[in-house]
Amino acid sequence: MEQLIQQVASGLANGAIYACVALALVMIFVSTSHINFAQGEMAMFSTYLSWQLIQWGVGYWPAFVIAVLVSFVGGVLIERTILRPLHTAPILSVVVVFIGLLAVFNSVAGTIWSYLIKEYPSPFPKEALDLAGLIGAHQVGVVIVTLVVLSALYVFFRYTPLGLAMRAAAQNPVSARLAGVRVDSMLALGWGLAAAVGAVAGMMVAHIVYLEPNMMGGILLYAFAGALLGGITNPGGAVLGGFMVGVLENLVAFFGNVIEKQTGVYIIGNGEKLTVALIIVICVLTLKPSGLFGRVVVTRV
Amino acid sequence: MTAFLEVSGLKAFYGQTQALYDVGFALEKGGITTLLGANGAGKTTTLRAICNMVRAEGRISFDGQPIVGRPTESVVRLGVAHVPEGRGTFTTMTVDENLRIAAYTRGRSAKADVQQDLDMVFEYFPRLKERMQQQAGTLSGGEQQMLAVSRALMLRPRLMLLDEPSFGLAPLIVQEIFRILRRINEESKVSMLLVEQNAALALDLADHAYVLETGRVVMAGPSADVKNDENVRKSYLGY
Amino acid sequence: MTTASPADTAAHESVATPVSTSVTSGASDRWAWGLVAVGIIIPLLGYVVPDIVSDYRLFLMSTMMIYAIAVLGLNLLTGFNGQISLGHGAFYGVGAYTAAILMDKVGMPYWTLLPIVAVVCFVIGFLFGLPALRLEGIYLALATFALALAVPQMLKYRWLEDLTGGVQGIVLLKPEPPFGLPLSEDQWLYYYCLIVMVILYWAAANLLRGRSGRAMMAIRDHSMAASTMGIDVARYKTITFGISAAYTGVAGALSASAIAFVAPDSFGFFLSISLLIGLVVGGVASLAGSVIGGIFTVLVQNSSQSLSNFVKSDLGLPFDLSPYSVYGILLIVLMYVMPTGIAGGVAIAWRRLRR
Repeated sequence: MEQLIQQVASGLANGAIYACVALALVMIFVSTSHINFAQGEMAMFSTYLSWQLIQWGVGYWPAFVIAVLVSFVGGVLIERTILRPLHTAPILSVVVVFIGLLAVFNSVAGTIWSYLIKEYPSPFPKEALDLAGLIGAHQVGVVIVTLVVLSALYVFFRYTPLGLAMRAAAQNPVSARLAGVRVDSMLALGWGLAAAVGAVAGMMVAHIVYLEPNMMGGILLYAFAGALLGGITNPGGAVLGGFMVGVLENLVAFFGNVIEKQTGVYIIGNGEKLTVALIIVICVLTLKPSGLFGRVVVTRV
Repeated sequence: MTAFLEVSGLKAFYGQTQALYDVGFALEKGGITTLLGANGAGKTTTLRAICNMVRAEGRISFDGQPIVGRPTESVVRLGVAHVPEGRGTFTTMTVDENLRIAAYTRGRSAKADVQQDLDMVFEYFPRLKERMQQQAGTLSGGEQQMLAVSRALMLRPRLMLLDEPSFGLAPLIVQEIFRILRRINEESKVSMLLVEQNAALALDLADHAYVLETGRVVMAGPSADVKNDENVRKSYLGY
Repeated sequence: MTTASPADTAAHESVATPVSTSVTSGASDRWAWGLVAVGIIIPLLGYVVPDIVSDYRLFLMSTMMIYAIAVLGLNLLTGFNGQISLGHGAFYGVGAYTAAILMDKVGMPYWTLLPIVAVVCFVIGFLFGLPALRLEGIYLALATFALALAVPQMLKYRWLEDLTGGVQGIVLLKPEPPFGLPLSEDQWLYYYCLIVMVILYWAAANLLRGRSGRAMMAIRDHSMAASTMGIDVARYKTITFGISAAYTGVAGALSASAIAFVAPDSFGFFLSISLLIGLVVGGVASLAGSVIGGIFTVLVQNSSQSLSNFVKSDLGLPFDLSPYSVYGILLIVLMYVMPTGIAGGVAIAWRRLRR
C-alpha cells in the first residue's frame, strides 16, 4: 500500500512535468495545427542555460527566471525567423522542419556541454516530507511550481485583454484580424509562452532524470500522449491528461511488479511501461477520438 | 474634395484567378452605398480587397490615406470595420468576450469607455445583453448577425463594410437588423458600404448604388435612379 | 460559409499535398525505363572503372534502393491515402526479423522469403489499420509513434528471446549469386534489390493508375465525399495500410539480407523518422519522389560527417558543427527551398523552364 501511494505521488510529479509540456504543445497546436516536435529539445536547451548560469555562480531562482525569459525570447525569434516563412507549406514539411530543429538543438547542446550526464540541483529541501516519509520534497515542489505556472497562465488567458486576443487569434484568425488583433504577433507570442512553459518543465525534471541532451525525448512523447488524451484543443484537458499519463505510467510499472512478485511470471517491467501506457492511451482514443475532455469538432462539408 | 472612401481601377486575384477587373466607386462621409450584383460578380471580393484580405492592385483611399497593401489589422485600426460573410463569430467564447476582443486595440486605459460602448451596443441590440455570458456559438443566426454588427461597433468605426447581413435569416429578423443599421448610420454617424443579395432591401437603405457584373462596375447612381432602371428591375428586383 | 478556425481546417486539410495530379505519364514512363537500363549497366562499369564503381558503392546503392522501397510503401499510405505514419520503421523491423528468423531457424533460402514477408507484414499492417480507422491526423501520428517504440521492445521481450535472439540479434549470411553467375556478393545484392524495386515500383504505378488508386486518392482528398460516391472507405484504408506495410516489410527483409544482421535497436524511432523525412524530402505523393527520398536518406547518413568536416576544416569556421546539426540545418533549408520535396521542386522548376 505504501508503495502504491509512493508510486502515485511520483506519478503526479512526473505528470506535472508532462502537463507543462503538453500545455506548451497545445498552445502552438491551437493556433497553427502543428505539433512542435522540437518542444522537448527547446526545453532541454533552456535547462542547460540555467545550469550554466548556476555554474557561473548565479543563484537557483535568478537562473530559473533568466532561463524562462531567454526561452520566451527564443521562442518568439524561432517563430519569426524559421516558421513564419513556412505559413503556407504542407503540414508534413513543417514536421520535417521541426525534426531539423530538434536535431540542431540536440547536437548544439551536445557540442557545447557534451553528452555526459550532469547533476542538476533541486531548489527544494533534501529531506522527505513528513507524510510518512513517502513523498520527496522535490516531488511536492514540482507539483506546486507547475500548479503556480498553470494558474498564472489560466488567469492570463481568461482575464486579460492580451490573453483574450491570443485566444481569438488562435480560434479564428480572420475574425481576429477584423477586430484589429495583430494575429502574427499573437502567434509569435504563443511560441514564446510555449517555450517558457517548456523551460519550466525542463528545469523541474532535470533533477529527476539528470541533465543530458536526450533527457526530454521520452517526456515529449508522454506529453503528446497526455495532450491527446485530455483533448488537444482544450488546454485544461491537456494538463489533466498529462497528470493522468504520469500516474498511469507508474501504475503500469507497479502492477507489473506486483504480478511478478505474486506469480513469478514476468509480464511488464520498467522497460515496457512506456509502451503499455501508450497502448492504453491509444485504446482510450479509439473509443473517444477527441480525447476525454476535447471538443468534438464538427466540420462543414 | 475627395470622397471618404474612394476606389478606382481595383483588380483582385485569388491565386492565379482574377476576380476583379476594374472596379471603381466612391462613398461620401456619412452615406450608405450598396454594391449589387449576381453571385460571383465580385461584391464580396471588393469588400475583402478594401481590408486587404485578397491580393489587390489599384487605388483605394480611405479618408485621404492610401490603404492598398496595408495589413488587415492596420486598416481596421484606421476605423474600417468589416462585418464578414458568415459573421465570423468566435464560437467557443462568450458573447461578452466576443465584444471585448474588438476593444482590445484601445489598450488598458479605456475601461470606462469600453463599458460605455457596451451600453450603446446593448441599447441597439437588447437581446445580446440577455445573452452576455452565453457561448456565442449557441446563438441563433439572427443573434450571431447582431453580434457581428455589435463587434464591429465596438471598434468605433467610421466606416462599416457589411457583407450580406440578411444571409440565411428570417424576413422579420432581416427587417429588424436593417432598421437598426439605419439607426446606427444616423445616430452614430457611421458610413456604410453594403453588399446584399436582397436588392430591394439594399436600395431602400442605401443612398447610392453600384451594380457589378463579372468584376466590373456596369452601372452607378443614386439609389432611386438605379431602382427605376429597367434592367436592374428585371434582373435584381424581379418585376 | 463560415470562416473555419484552424482546428476545423486541420481535420479537413489532407496531410499530403500532391506534387502533381497524374501519377505517371507516357513521357515519364520512357524516362523510368531508361533509368532502369542505366541501373542495369552500372555494376558492369565496375570492370571498366573499378575505382569509381567499387563494391562498397554498389552496396550503398543497394541500400538506397532498399530505402526507396520502404519510402514507397510509406508514400502509398501517407502520400496517396492521406494516413500519416510515424512508425513505419516497425514494419521494416518486422519484415527484417521475419526474414531473419525464417533463414536462421527454419533454414529457408533468402530468395523464397519475400512473398512470405509481404504476406506477414500485410496481415499485421491490415490489423493495425483497423483501430487506425478511428484515428486521424495527429491521433494516428501518436498511435504509429507508439508502434515505432513498441516493436523494438517486443523484439527484446523476454519470452521471445529464443526466437529473436534478444538484444544480441541474429547474424545471417549474405546472399550468394545464383546459378554460378560470375558476380561478387555486392554486385548480386545490387541486382537483387534492383529487380525487387522495379517490380514493386511498377506494381505501385499500376495500382495507382487504376480504379483502386483513384479510390485511395479520393479518400485522401475528401473521405466523406468519397464514401458518398460509394467507395468503401474502411476497406480501402485498411487494405492500403496492409499493402504499405508489406512494401516496407519487404524492404526490411532485403536489408536483413544486405547487412546480414538484425538487431532490435536498428528498428527504433529514428528509422521511422528517417523514412518520414525521406518521404517528405523526396516528394509526398510522388512515386519518383520515393526513389529520390531513398537516395537522400542514405546519402545524408553517409555524408553528414564529411560535410561537418568540410565546414570545420575547409570553411575554417571556428566552431564544431556536428554531423547531426548539419543534418538538421540541411532539412530546414531544404524545406525552405522546396517545401513540396525534391520531386515537387524539380517539377516546378521544369514547368518554369518550359514556359
